[in-house]
Amino acid sequence: MRNPLARWPAARQLTGRDRTGRGEAARSQRTIELQPRTHQADRVVQSICPFCAVGCGQRVYVQNEVVTQIEGDPDSPISRGRLCPKGAASRNLVQSPLREYRVRYRRPYGTEWEDLSLERAVDMIADRVITARAEGWQDHDADGRSLNRTLGVASLGGATLDNEENYLIKKLFTALGIVQVENQARI
Amino acid sequence: MGSNMAENHPVGFQWVMEAKLKGAPVIHVDPRFTRTSANASFHVPIRAGSDIAFLGGIVHHILETDSWFKDYVLPYTNAANIVGEKFRDTEDLDGLFSGWDPAKEGYDTASWQFAGMAKANSAPEGQGSAAKAEPSGGLGGGLADAEPERDETLQHPRCVFQLLKRHFSRYTPEMVEELTGVPRERFVQVAELLCANSGRERTSAIVYSVGWTQHTVGVQLIRTAAIIQLLLGNIGRPGGGIMALRGHASIQGSTDIPTLYDLLPGYIPMPHAEDQDLQTYLDGHVKSGGGWARLDSYLISLLKAYWGEAATPENDMNYGRLPRIDKDHSTYRTAIAMLEGNVKGYFLPGENPAVGSANGKLQRAAMAQLDWLVVRDLFLIESATFWQDGPEVAGGQTRPEDCKTEVFFLPAAAHTEKSGSFTNTQRLVQWHHQAIEPPGDCRSELWFYYHLGRVIREKLAAAKDPRDRGILELTWDYGASGPKAEPSAEAVLREINGWDQRGRPLSGFAELKADGSTACGCWIYSGIYADGVNQAARKKPGSEQSWVAPEWAWAWPANRRQLYNRASADPAGNPWSERKRYVWWDAERAEWQGDDVPDFNRTKEPQYQPGEGASGDAALSGDAPFIMQGDGRGWLYAPSAVLDAPLPPHYEPHESPVRNRLYEQEANPMREIYNHPLNPYNEDPEKYPFVMTTYRLTEHHTAGAMSRNVPVLSELQPEFFCEISPELAELRGLEQGGYAAIITARGRIHARVMVTDRIAPLQVAGKTLHQVGLPYHWGQRGLTRGDSANDAFPIVLDPNVHIQEVKAATCDIRAAERPKWP
Ligand code: SF4
Repeated sequence: MRNPLARWPAARQLTGRDRTGRGEAARSQRTIELQPRTHQADRVVQSICPFCAVGCGQRVYVQNEVVTQIEGDPDSPISRGRLCPKGAASRNLVQSPLREYRVRYRRPYGTEWEDLSLERAVDMIADRVITARAEGWQDHDADGRSLNRTLGVASLGGATLDNEENYLIKKLFTALGIVQVENQARI
Repeated sequence: MGSNMAENHPVGFQWVMEAKLKGAPVIHVDPRFTRTSANASFHVPIRAGSDIAFLGGIVHHILETDSWFKDYVLPYTNAANIVGEKFRDTEDLDGLFSGWDPAKEGYDTASWQFAGMAKANSAPEGQGSAAKAEPSGGLGGGLADAEPERDETLQHPRCVFQLLKRHFSRYTPEMVEELTGVPRERFVQVAELLCANSGRERTSAIVYSVGWTQHTVGVQLIRTAAIIQLLLGNIGRPGGGIMALRGHASIQGSTDIPTLYDLLPGYIPMPHAEDQDLQTYLDGHVKSGGGWARLDSYLISLLKAYWGEAATPENDMNYGRLPRIDKDHSTYRTAIAMLEGNVKGYFLPGENPAVGSANGKLQRAAMAQLDWLVVRDLFLIESATFWQDGPEVAGGQTRPEDCKTEVFFLPAAAHTEKSGSFTNTQRLVQWHHQAIEPPGDCRSELWFYYHLGRVIREKLAAAKDPRDRGILELTWDYGASGPKAEPSAEAVLREINGWDQRGRPLSGFAELKADGSTACGCWIYSGIYADGVNQAARKKPGSEQSWVAPEWAWAWPANRRQLYNRASADPAGNPWSERKRYVWWDAERAEWQGDDVPDFNRTKEPQYQPGEGASGDAALSGDAPFIMQGDGRGWLYAPSAVLDAPLPPHYEPHESPVRNRLYEQEANPMREIYNHPLNPYNEDPEKYPFVMTTYRLTEHHTAGAMSRNVPVLSELQPEFFCEISPELAELRGLEQGGYAAIITARGRIHARVMVTDRIAPLQVAGKTLHQVGLPYHWGQRGLTRGDSANDAFPIVLDPNVHIQEVKAATCDIRAAERPKWP
């Protein structure tokens, strides 16, 4: 740049063509180099909005293994690239400052949460399922008919679970004789 | 009706707006004027809980003005069927039907059956009648083997058409006005528009959401809409239908591949105690005609998917390993069982009953009686922390030290951190790809349940108890791999799709066999992994394919985008009109053609007539479009499959300030009432003179976990409020922006007051009726906090589906101090 003064936006405004200072006069090197986050993504993954049942298509932009942006997927014949306020807030959801990343454990009559490893938690839950299942077991009804079930364990699932997840829940619990398996779909 | 589509399904609403731009009238019938009303051609305010009266009025109008679509109704519905002579209608019995047994609080449905039927195959199948019984899963209506007597002239006094006329004879515009608060001229305008926009050249759609389901008459409400749409010929045709707009990303999937107590995958009913062996089960459930005739192949393939090699013909395909149900085990019944100390452990994967279920106080008290609770969520929701900071702790009624429940909170993976499929509200199964690894201890449900099952199986491996055979023999291998040992969602999808003896993925449910040579985890999803390809992951841009977009994702069944689309052609197989062409018979190629996959046997000609003794699909004629029904017809009259009425009557909500003007019988006689000290009902309408109803906001999501914890959404809707009219504000001295207590027998909840013309008072039964609107997203935690609207509602349920009535109850409202929310 020959004239060092030209680095001043005001000087550019006064001397250049952009007298209102709303175009090239105001543009800095940084502005010129700025790119949308979506351009710098390492990869773009097609997803579906996790909120309501319209099922809008999403594009998830990832850079350095971090989600940098979630946008509507223009390819979707359902949503044609649109997202509503909730869908548009999806990145805010998955990166909420309130999100929990650690197992929390509260012992009976406890007043605080405690730490617990994930592996230990699964192991303890497995023990408790086995015990509660046995306690609530009903082999037969009063007429001697086989019931083959337990009323000691129950489940109520949300409706943002994947089909594959629901399939495993129902399969596992049915094989354990757990019948009180329910879902938001009832509500 | 019963839906605020613009706010709760905003992106779906773009299609309604497109239709409106093309000239379609859009009518919004709702207690509140909402963004949907603002975008509609006009809004009709209605009293919450009176929708059957409104819809029944439309049926009356259609019949009275002879506006029904004769060429459609005669062949495609059961209008001509003759009902047995013992049947008595609500017109005869003042709000009850014949067969009512007051002691059992249920119907013996024998008298509801058609004349000439060899046996009364009444609902619920396989159950003694007159029991306050459980409906049997999701089977469509079945009929006994014989053909019912019919009168094609529709003159017989006991034919369905005449019964319908009589049943709705008093649902006049005047009566509609009395019951619903909708002025008769307005009502007639709606009825006329609906009729004018139906027929050969035009179709109309009815859209509903939980504004219809969350009533003690929810099923009958939807039945009334079905009667209208069948009479007008709006089912199975483009632009027609009854659209259930469902609230959550995969709530449709949660019903298809259910986590529901009364269903196995694909709407196969859970076995009841009387279904002791496979043959008894099949005898009780298999229908002779229609798609359910092949229930044996669906169920046996499921047993093979569950138990693989261990399921053999010698051991009844391991059928005996299935648990049996014998009563209601639904979520509200289970909450009561918890209170009684009968449930030890509870799993809550992604659900928040402390806020989202009716009577939150009872829900929290129930959880405090558990030995242990597992909560899996992105956030520490109210159901995980009720022992610590629930309203009862804040109010000093209980202390953390007094609560025995051991709580495990396991952080869940978000949708961006796992692969899997959601089924949207139109049965479209859409795959979402994993973008990044889940952080910290966060894991998918797939991971959790797979490993929980693995560990339980390891612990029980040496067990000798016969009851442990079911879990030990289960096939449980989903290729867990990677640093986190994450199971493969595609492997699960492959099992859902099914395979044959050689392990080849099935191309669809037509291939399923009852001899144990095929395995299939959910018959209606069979074909989703055809050719070994994940069909749900197809992402061909919409702009590069036809308007039906058959290559975007996959719809069950068989990628059919519109159900019962055979009805889009006339009995001879020709489109009803050029304008409404969708699926038709191509005589030259001797097969059904169309924009969509025909929901019909592709090569069955329209003239086909079943021979003597034919069963299954062969038992249905070529002009019977409703192929999952035993008779292939649309049911105006339902002699089975519903428990509480063969024809829908208007009943008042359980809590109503108004008496039923039509019948002595006030409310649904079969509604499920839970008398419990924690579940008191408002008895005195003088004390609780107003109607309250719950609803949702665009910026929040159901029980709030996914929005109250999200900064931008909390900022957009920062506070719990109640919506009231200027008249009610005046009556109770409530100020805009002030605070109010909503008072019920359940206690008081507090809300900010929003005074608005959007919730206008109505003239009902000669009196002014005020309504209170309550968004139900709030709870004690998150970035925006407030009382839970559901704390104000009692548990009282629809008898068919056990869904709570939170769209119409009574309350009082008074000015209050600013509450101390945490
Ligand atoms: S973006 Fe909005 S309308 Fe679309 S699926 Fe998500 S919540 Fe529903």
